[in-house]
Amino acid sequence: MPPKRKNNISINIEDVGMDVDASDSGSEVEARRRAKNRRAKPQRKAKRVSDNDDEDEEEEDEDESPRKRGRKKKAKPRDSEDDEEEDNRNVKRKSSKASRKKAKDESDEESEDEGEKKKKGASKKEKEENKEKGKGKGKGKQGKDAGAEKDKKKKNRKLSSSIEEEEEEKSEGESLSEGEMAALKEEVEEKKKLIATLRNKPWRMKRRLTLLKEAQDFVEKFEGALGKGKGRKLFAFKVMMAKKLIKLKRDFENFKTACIPWEGKIKDVESHFGSSVASYFIFLRWMYGLNMVLLGLMFGLVVVPEVLMGLPYGSIPRKTVPREEQATAMDYSTLTDFEGYFKYSILFYGYYNNERQIGLLKFRLPLSYLLVGVGIFGYSLMVVIRTMARNANEGGDGGDEGDFTFSWKMFTSWDYLIGNPETADNKYASITTSFKESIVDEQMNQKDENIHLRRFLRVLANVLILCSLGGSGYLIYYVVKRSQVFANMNKDDLTWMEKNEVEFVMSLLGLVCPPLFEAIAELEDYHPRIALKWQLGRIFALFLGNLYTFLFALFDEVNAKLESEKDIKNATILALNEYAANYSSYYNTTNVPPQNVHPADVIRGPCWETAVGKEFVKLTVSDIQVTYLTILVGDFLRAVIVRFLNYCWCWDLEAGFPSYGEFDISGNVLGLIFNQGMIWMGAFYAPGLVGLNILRLLSSMYYQTWAVMCTNVPHERVFKASGSNNFYMGLLLLVLFLSLLPVVYTIMTLSPSFDCGPFSGQEKMYDVVMETIDQDLPAFIGNIFVYATNPGLIMPAVLLMVLALYYLNAVSKGYQQANIDLKKKMQMAREEEKNRRNNKDSTNQVMKDLEDLLPNKSLIPPPAEEEPPPPDVVVDKGSRSPKVKPGAAGKGVHLQRDVSLAAPNPRDPVTRDPGPRRGPPENARGPQPGPGRGRGGGRGGGRGRGGPPRQYEY
Amino acid sequence: MGTTASQLGKDLLSEYQELTFLTKQEILLAHKRFTELLTKDEKDLPNTRVPAERILTLPELKSNPFRKRICHVFSTSEQKDGSLTFEDFLDLLSAFSDSATLEIKSHYAFRIFDFDDDGTLDCGDLEKLVNCLTGETDETRLTTEEMRQLINNILEESDIDKDGTVNLSEFQHVISRSPDFVSSFKIVL
Repeated sequence: MPPKRKNNISINIEDVGMDVDASDSGSEVEARRRAKNRRAKPQRKAKRVSDNDDEDEEEEDEDESPRKRGRKKKAKPRDSEDDEEEDNRNVKRKSSKASRKKAKDESDEESEDEGEKKKKGASKKEKEENKEKGKGKGKGKQGKDAGAEKDKKKKNRKLSSSIEEEEEEKSEGESLSEGEMAALKEEVEEKKKLIATLRNKPWRMKRRLTLLKEAQDFVEKFEGALGKGKGRKLFAFKVMMAKKLIKLKRDFENFKTACIPWEGKIKDVESHFGSSVASYFIFLRWMYGLNMVLLGLMFGLVVVPEVLMGLPYGSIPRKTVPREEQATAMDYSTLTDFEGYFKYSILFYGYYNNERQIGLLKFRLPLSYLLVGVGIFGYSLMVVIRTMARNANEGGDGGDEGDFTFSWKMFTSWDYLIGNPETADNKYASITTSFKESIVDEQMNQKDENIHLRRFLRVLANVLILCSLGGSGYLIYYVVKRSQVFANMNKDDLTWMEKNEVEFVMSLLGLVCPPLFEAIAELEDYHPRIALKWQLGRIFALFLGNLYTFLFALFDEVNAKLESEKDIKNATILALNEYAANYSSYYNTTNVPPQNVHPADVIRGPCWETAVGKEFVKLTVSDIQVTYLTILVGDFLRAVIVRFLNYCWCWDLEAGFPSYGEFDISGNVLGLIFNQGMIWMGAFYAPGLVGLNILRLLSSMYYQTWAVMCTNVPHERVFKASGSNNFYMGLLLLVLFLSLLPVVYTIMTLSPSFDCGPFSGQEKMYDVVMETIDQDLPAFIGNIFVYATNPGLIMPAVLLMVLALYYLNAVSKGYQQANIDLKKKMQMAREEEKNRRNNKDSTNQVMKDLEDLLPNKSLIPPPAEEEPPPPDVVVDKGSRSPKVKPGAAGKGVHLQRDVSLAAPNPRDPVTRDPGPRRGPPENARGPQPGPGRGRGGGRGGGRGRGGPPRQYEY
Repeated sequence: MGTTASQLGKDLLSEYQELTFLTKQEILLAHKRFTELLTKDEKDLPNTRVPAERILTLPELKSNPFRKRICHVFSTSEQKDGSLTFEDFLDLLSAFSDSATLEIKSHYAFRIFDFDDDGTLDCGDLEKLVNCLTGETDETRLTTEEMRQLINNILEESDIDKDGTVNLSEFQHVISRSPDFVSSFKIVL
């Protein structure tokens, strides 16, 4: 491709030169422009196939601007407009003729255009020409300029359109024909598009500014002309509205960016620690945004309505602290356990009433509760998946990761956000190491000296880690079980330790295990990047295992509670019956008034939902405590000690052993993800948890940015966020699914408590929806619902989805294949080009093999043997493959060597195969095909017809 | 802020917004930072150029190994001294902003890496690039052997048409696959 390209450009240069000569070349503007073009040339040359369009466009646009300038001038006084216009026209016509000579292929269309033009305004033109003659050449410089510029246009399309434009302008006052209208409209649209995409062009600001102004002027001027008659006003209004809308949109964008919090903080972190550490904070901020929406849903649709419109505290048993707990209900220790007043507050599931409609608005709280509980998952899923898709689009597919390791290291390893010399030094060092590492990797691909030992160690490490995972799981299970035993005991006998065992153990495991894994991973001796992935996977497994063990233990507890609930329910019913019997026998009436018991004294069930919610809240709180304490002790205290004890210590604390902490990105991100998982799971049972989480995220944003800035040092190996965004998002998605499962399971299968929560009295929680459909919606919707849940409809739907999945998968595979093919094609084309230019053998092995197969290619003799020319060699020389040009004859040695170097192994098949193909040319060639063959056969012995060429090769 | 806004002019501001990937606040901030770089008497003149040395005192650029190249690429100065006008400065920030497209980022990255301004990345450019990335000190420098190996590997990977240099389209091809180019090719004031 490149040579062709070059030719094009040279033509262009010629063109430009000619045109400029043709027109009045005194203008400085033009000269400067030309110089600029020249300067730009080498760069343009670099752009190849893919950039052709781009280039054309650029040229066009470059041409456009002065033309527009000319037009702008025109637009001012009415009388001078005509003159200039004509002048433009004149020059243009001249030049278009000139360029026609050069660009032959274009001339046809152009003349067509001209013809068209002539047809259109024949009479007018005559007039113009007359005037032209009168005015001569001493016209305004601008006009000349513009004309000269216009000449540079190579594209017919452009030319014709511009002609039309001129026409348009000329006859603006008159009525416009349909076609002209359309053309003008198109032009205006084009301009608008240009305005919209101008920022995507890598041009200088000045140029873009002038272009923008011109385009805007153009649009302004001609947009009004488009509408006419009745439509005119409407059109103008529409245009005005569109303009207003754009402005509004931009203001909204500005407002939106102004609303994004913590930009400054994150920027500080970025410049100190590079984008990797900042990516954690950006993730944190994203999480904050997500949770804000969840908070809005939860509080706006559930909590606040209940507070405003529901029954107040103390009105019914579920909203009252029981009598036996009231003495301690306000104690600090009780509250920190989320017992007492907290347990019977808006924070937990149990507080909500099962009244179908509350308040003036007839707000259906139970329904809303269920829908919000499910909607939180729906919204989160949507957001996470959308973010993932966007990230995937942005960051390339990453599919051919192995293909560009070096280039990526080279071109993308610098983190431009780094604004701190210390970090920059670290970055230099880490880049150097990574270069060296990859070079070494490349040089000796795995020099496994003792593979057995390493394998053994890796297996051992994995066994150890599995053991510790299992151990931690068992520990949690054991602790949760024990806590159930404790729960049945008297609270006063228990120590603080016994009460908070579960949370304590879980946090401790989360604290101890990751470093343990890291230590074990030392055994494996993986590459750091792989090691990091393993580490992440293991921590993930640990967290997940812990969470699920916790959940299973919790389910055991729930089942136990459900059992006891039955007893209590029976007991209450019994008590009620007894009361009724007593009452009726005492007063001798069947009309029993409701029992008048104080709500605090009513017998109540265990309310397992609140218990579950309480567990989650406690877990979250202890997680927050542990995280903050770790930062305080592990980072801050350490930093203080290192900093101040360093003055009186025997070794250098800052550079030596304890040193300052590094920010643990993966650990923090995983912590955040699991915290979110707990929120998702717990939010259904404890609506207040969402609010708590917001507080946590908010405080941790400030706390952690402070901690990282004042106690941590940049990573020694500064690595970048490196598309880990989607990795983290993927983990988040997984956690979301895993936290979805238990919640949906409880909603669908377990029966809610009989005396607490919005679903009390229902058989299943989702009965609320059924009830609403039956009672409040028209019957046909209920019917639709019944049909929609019919297995006969669901099965095909699932099938359809599977098919769609299969189809999309196949399509993506096809694209992949096409991609590979195109890449290959590009390479082939380039090689072809190169060969033709260099008159050399192809560098491609495949092509070489092919060339060996071509007739007589291998017969080119070495010059030494050329002196005594045997008859068939002479003949061969004459009929050498057309690819080799005469000029290459002197390079015989080269060729020969190349050939023999290139294809040492396929020689045998080559000599055997081409026999039949070589037949015809030899026959046609000369009188002695017979002898040649005969000789070959004789000498070659077993080799057959391949004989003769081989003779001269050796 | 009120003063800067009035200095910049409403029309110009909206045009700048149209032409760059920056928001209003960012442009105003850029203007503020830019005027801080000007000396007293320069402030009154329109379209003043700030010499490269003063631009490079910005903390955002100070520790960047490509700072000189960046100034050079974005400068419209005739003398090629890397001095920037405010519009050049906005160009710079726009290309390095968060919302700039991959296309434009890779274009400018290519020009920054193209040390001899000849439109392709040849061995000399790549060598300079490696030296920039590995820092000034001798201990982090690569040996000539390593350098040769590295450059060969890079050309092998990204030089699709095998002409011994990396051109813009090849460069963009490589860059567009990279997961973290867009996120790291960023400078925020």
